[in-house]
Amino acid sequence: MTISPALDARFRDAAAAAELLDVAFDVIDDTPIGPLLVGVTDRGVCRISFDSDPEHHLELLARQFGPRVLRSRRPVDRMRRELDEYFAGRRQRFDVEPDVRFLPAYHQRVLGELARVEYGATTTYGTLAAQTGNPRAARAVGTVMHRNPIPVVLPCHRVVGASGSLTGYAGGLERKELLLRLEGAIL
Amino acid sequence: MIPPFETFYEAHRDEVFRFLGRRLGRERAEDAFQETFLRALRAYPRLEHGDHLRAWVFTIASRIVVDEARRRRPQGALPELAAEDGLPAFEDLAPLTDELPPKERAAVVLRYGYDLDYAEIGAALGSTEQAARQAASAGVRRLRKERP
Repeated sequence: MTISPALDARFRDAAAAAELLDVAFDVIDDTPIGPLLVGVTDRGVCRISFDSDPEHHLELLARQFGPRVLRSRRPVDRMRRELDEYFAGRRQRFDVEPDVRFLPAYHQRVLGELARVEYGATTTYGTLAAQTGNPRAARAVGTVMHRNPIPVVLPCHRVVGASGSLTGYAGGLERKELLLRLEGAIL
Repeated sequence: MIPPFETFYEAHRDEVFRFLGRRLGRERAEDAFQETFLRALRAYPRLEHGDHLRAWVFTIASRIVVDEARRRRPQGALPELAAEDGLPAFEDLAPLTDELPPKERAAVVLRYGYDLDYAEIGAALGSTEQAARQAASAGVRRLRKERP
């Protein structure tokens, strides 16, 4: 006798409704850039990953945010809806707040600056470095982008090389290109 | 290190539900299942380590079964219990072990009513595997003496 999917879902909903979770996560299967794992806290979205296997994320999320990490559909609904709208070209800005409270201060500062880069625009690693205090820290900015825990919402795909080349993307250059095309930043 | 709740929940949900089904019947087991894991979730951040989590969640489930039985008993007959695996249900063991000292009683009930092993019983009772084994066998000896 195993538990029914209905009972399983009922418990997962109840756990979220009772506000007992440190992180609720779910996998959004059908986006143009593949399945996405999305984690949310009571403060907003704390993780978006192109690696949608929860096993690869549970330990780290538990260490950062607390051990009560549980798959639960409902808390992720708002982020799911906003992503749907974004991928359909009907949303240019996300209303769900990024939860970056456990990142090092420098990462928070760079990601805060990144968040101001508008839909359809691009910037460069060097520009972001200059805006956060050290024009020569382009490489450090690259590291922050590479470790961005909330890609798409924190738009590291909008950061390109000084020559205009796409350079790199933790999710692969194809995804970066697709997102920039979707936003009309490249043709 | 406490594992993420998802890992803990997936590892134990089916056997906890089977256990509750045997004690309470399928329908009441569903509410008890949710209550068990909600209680576990509430207490989870206060755990100091991840050892003996199985014994821990069975202890929570057992308490819920006992509460249920207590709540129901005055209102009429006990519900019929399905004994799928031939283990004596808690309700059957409870009256038999009423007169044992508390520690021996708990060890006997957890061993023979809930099929926990001695390491888990030790953890559930806050003592050792060895002490749990001794308590259970002392309890059984005492029961044999009292009920020849």
